[in-house]
Amino acid sequence: MQRYRGIVDNTAYHQRTLPGKIVLKPLLLSHFTATSCIGRGLDQTLDALRHGRSGLAPCTFETVELITFIGVVEGLDDVCIPPHLAAFDCRNNRLAQIAFTQDNFAIAVHDAAEKYGHQRIGVFIGTSTSGILETELAYRRRDPVTGTLPGDFHYSTQHNTFSVADFTRQYFGLTGPAVAVSSACSSSAKVFSSARRMMAAGLIDAAVVGGVDTLCLTTLYGFNSLGLTATQACRPYDTTRDGISIGEAGAFALLEHAPEQLDDHAVLLLGVGESSDAYHMSSPHPEGLGARMAMQAALDMAGLVPQDIDYINLHGTATPSNDAAEGKAIAALFGAMTPCSSTKGATGHTLGAAGGVEAIICALALQNDLLPAGLNTRQLDPAIPLNYLLANRTQAITRVMSNSFGFGGTNCSLIFGRAK
Amino acid sequence: MPVPIAYIDGIGLLGPGLTGWRDSLPLLAGQQPYLSQATVLPSPALLPVAERRRSVAIAKLTLATGLEATTAACLNPATLPCVYTSSGGDGQNCHEICQTLASEDRQISPTRFHNSVHNAAAGYWSIATGAMTPISVLCAYDASFGAGLLEALTRVMVDDAITLLIACDSPYPEPLHLARPLADNFSIALVLSPVASAHSLAKISIGLTSDTAHTLDDPALEQLRLNIPSARSLPLLCALAQGKNGRVVLDYFDHLRIAVDITRC
Repeated sequence: MQRYRGIVDNTAYHQRTLPGKIVLKPLLLSHFTATSCIGRGLDQTLDALRHGRSGLAPCTFETVELITFIGVVEGLDDVCIPPHLAAFDCRNNRLAQIAFTQDNFAIAVHDAAEKYGHQRIGVFIGTSTSGILETELAYRRRDPVTGTLPGDFHYSTQHNTFSVADFTRQYFGLTGPAVAVSSACSSSAKVFSSARRMMAAGLIDAAVVGGVDTLCLTTLYGFNSLGLTATQACRPYDTTRDGISIGEAGAFALLEHAPEQLDDHAVLLLGVGESSDAYHMSSPHPEGLGARMAMQAALDMAGLVPQDIDYINLHGTATPSNDAAEGKAIAALFGAMTPCSSTKGATGHTLGAAGGVEAIICALALQNDLLPAGLNTRQLDPAIPLNYLLANRTQAITRVMSNSFGFGGTNCSLIFGRAK
Repeated sequence: MPVPIAYIDGIGLLGPGLTGWRDSLPLLAGQQPYLSQATVLPSPALLPVAERRRSVAIAKLTLATGLEATTAACLNPATLPCVYTSSGGDGQNCHEICQTLASEDRQISPTRFHNSVHNAAAGYWSIATGAMTPISVLCAYDASFGAGLLEALTRVMVDDAITLLIACDSPYPEPLHLARPLADNFSIALVLSPVASAHSLAKISIGLTSDTAHTLDDPALEQLRLNIPSARSLPLLCALAQGKNGRVVLDYFDHLRIAVDITRC
C-alpha cells in the first residue's frame, strides 16, 4: 500500500553507520502474578490450567441483558482501597490491588524500590477501558435539572485511561516514569516493548509491567453490536466458533536486567515484535499479514527461527475472522507442527489485560513443562492447519511465543524463554 | 550511560489560534501577538471521501499534524514507527456511548464502539498512510506529552529508528467537560531522527529532572499550556521558533519533569 506522493529524502538515515542487528539483551521476569476468572495468583491459575478448568459462566453482570458468557473475578466488592488512595476506588483498580497482593508481588516491588531507588522503576500498564464502568454508572445518576455528574465521580482517578497506571505508581510509592499503554487488545503485550526500550535507554533500572481490564457495559454492548460475542463459552479455532467471551483480569511482572547467574527456572523476555495492519478498524488483515510481521519481528529480535519455538499461546479470540487470519499467519511462518492453543476458553478474552495474562500463562508453561490445552473447542476448523492442542501436554519446553492483536490493527508478539 | 538524543526533522501543529507550524512561527517567536481562536480542523485529504465526511475531530487532528510533520521532513509516513499519545482519546464519542448506555435502549453503534478505543486515531493514521510499522499508544493524563516524548526518544535511541511522535487532545462535551475541562482541540507532531539531515531544525537531548517546568511569558499561550496536556509541549516549540540554543524544562509529573537541551542545526 503506497499512498504517499511527496518527495522522500531519507539519504542521511540510510547512509549512517548501522549499529548492527538489534538483538534483545534478555530481561528477567523476576516476579510475576495473574488473577482472572480461573483463579487468584499463580497456584490457582496453574491448577485451573492443569485440570482444564474454565472460569466462564452465563452473563449476570450488573444490569446487562445479553445472552453471552463472561469471566468474572469474584469478590471485587469486598476490596478496600487504602484510604490515601480512596479517590482511585473503582472496579478496575480493585482488581489491580487484588493482583498486587498475590504471590508476594507487592513485597518484590517494594524490595526492588529499595534496591534501585523509587525513581528508577518505571510503570507500564495496559488497559483498554480503565474505570469507564464508573462513568457509565455516573451517567445514570446525572442531576435531572442541570445534567451534571454526581459529586462522587472522579474523572482522573477512575475514568481516565491512566488511572490504573497512576494507581500502581502510587500504591507502590514509585516516582519514576509511568504510562498507560492503551492499544485495545494488544495493550499489555506492548508494555513489555515500552519497558524494554526505557530500560535499554538507561532511564530506569527495572519496570512494573502489566495489564488490567474489568467488565463494563461499553465492551459488553459494544462487542455485541459488532456481532462478536459468543452465545456460549467461547470456542477458539472451532469450526462453529461464534465470537468472544469477555473476561476481566489483572496480571503483573517485575522486569529486571538478567544477572549472569540465573536459576534454571528463571523466565526471560527474549523478543518483542510489533506491527500495524493498516487495514481496518475492527477486522484483522484477512491474510494475517500484520500478525505475521509482528511474529517475525519478535523472532528477529530474539535471534531465533520458527523451529526454536516450542509452543505458541495464540491470540485466539474465537471470532471467525481473528482465528482464520491468525491461523494463516502462523501456518505461513511456522507450518503446521508447532503446538499452539488459545487459553481464552479458560479466562475469556480479557481485552487490555490479555497480553499480560497470557505472558504469565507462558511463564507458568515454561516453569512447569505444561502446554495448556485450548478449552471448549470440540471440532477444530479444518480450514486452519495448525497443531492446536485439545488436551494438555507435559513436555520440557524452553521457548514460547504469545500473540496479542487488537482493534485499530495493532499487533504484538512476545517470546519468553527459560534460562535453561 | 548515553543520553537520549534526536534530531527534529519536521513539526506539525494545530491548536487554538495555531494553524500549522510554519504559520505559527511568528506567534511562538513573540514577533506577533498570539490570539486564541477556536481550533480549525482541516478535512483529512488522505481519507476516501465517505470516510472524510464521517471522520471525527481527533482523527482529523492526528492526520493533519502527522502529515505536516512528515511532509516537512520529506519522509514517507508509511515507513515510520509512531508514538501516539493522548490524555483522553475521543471525548465526544465517549459521551455518546455513556449516554446511550444510560438510556432505555443500550444498543450502541458498532462504529461508535470501534472508535471508543484509545488507539482509534492511531489506527486511522496507519490505515490512511498505509503504515504497517509499530505504533505505541499511550496515556498519562496531564503527563501524556512527556510520556510520549520519552517513548519516542527511546524508539529513536534504542531501535535506531526515525520516529513520528503525535500528541493529541480533543475536548469532552458536558457533563464530562465539567469534570475534565479541556479547552479545545490541540495536536503536535514531531519527526525525530537518530541522524542529522538537510531537514533537521535542531538536535535535542533529554533527561529527567526535578526542576520546575518552564512557563511562557505570553499569558494567553501560558493559559493554553496549562489547559491542554499536549500543549505542555509549547515551551519546546517556542524555543525552536525563537531559534535559540538552550534548555527548556517540560511539565511531566508532580516531582519529575523532562529537561530538553536544544542545539540548532
